[in-house]
Amino acid sequence: MRSGVVIFPGSNCDRDMIVALRQITGKTPIKIWHKENDFPNLDLIVVPGGFTFGDYLRCGALAARSPVISSIKNHISRGGTVLGVCNGFQILIEAKILPGSLIRNKKLLFTCRETTLEVQNCIKNPFLSGFKIGEYLKIPVAHNEGNYFAPKELLKQLKEEGRIALKYSKQNNSEKNYNPNGSSDDIAGILSTNGRVLGMMPHPERAINYLHGGTDGLKLLTNCVEQIIG
Amino acid sequence: MKVIVNISLKEGVLDPEGQAIKSSLNNLGFEHCSDVRTGKQIILNLDQNSEDEVLTKAKKMCEELLVNTVIENYEINILKD
Repeated sequence: MRSGVVIFPGSNCDRDMIVALRQITGKTPIKIWHKENDFPNLDLIVVPGGFTFGDYLRCGALAARSPVISSIKNHISRGGTVLGVCNGFQILIEAKILPGSLIRNKKLLFTCRETTLEVQNCIKNPFLSGFKIGEYLKIPVAHNEGNYFAPKELLKQLKEEGRIALKYSKQNNSEKNYNPNGSSDDIAGILSTNGRVLGMMPHPERAINYLHGGTDGLKLLTNCVEQIIG
Repeated sequence: MKVIVNISLKEGVLDPEGQAIKSSLNNLGFEHCSDVRTGKQIILNLDQNSEDEVLTKAKKMCEELLVNTVIENYEINILKD
């Protein structure tokens, strides 16, 4: 299992992701600086969270035009797996690897808290295959622009193609603000057409130890690694 | 040649910043203000002489980086001295 974590100026969740992947795979992922477009073939590339390039212009917009992006696209066309978390999700969207847009949170608040996610009935993918449809995962979010927006036709298409992987959900009716950002259809994560790319706003690497308050993130990342190893 | 790019949110795209500004204006007594939409302006200096060429280049810049056409509209104007 060869994995790599991409680092841009302003990435700040890269170390946590490296710790998580090392814990699961027993090997340290390689660090890929954003200017690199020549690195060994990998099984998994993670685009971590942060505030790349100060979130100037639009979140992820400048990072999405970095040299490393064309290598990520090549990796995807070889059938490689990519996980984008938070700002990483924003970057994948800005790079047009995933469709739609992530706009300002509805209530204008930077939201940093645990969310309940519900596994959706979606296409075959390495990230959630070990989970049951409707299973709940507790994974925290920390973002200002996580409000998933897509034109109606695109939302319909994503639904029909089974590309909505995770939705914010309430485990009981008392949870009123279960959707932390006003996302359309409560979307928290979407897949590429082949299911090998997942973009998600919640941070699985921040839920890998009981001291974090939960280990559902570890479950998701472990599932992904196990599926890739086969 | 100086080029001004005005970027605005498409209709139907939520503008929480505009909403916050609107409610603040209403609180100040501007009750007649029923909607606020925000946007941004980018001013470019392009080393080119022909207006056509400048417009073509600016349009390409908008499509490739400056504008997210999923949620934003844009307008390009050449600034005349």
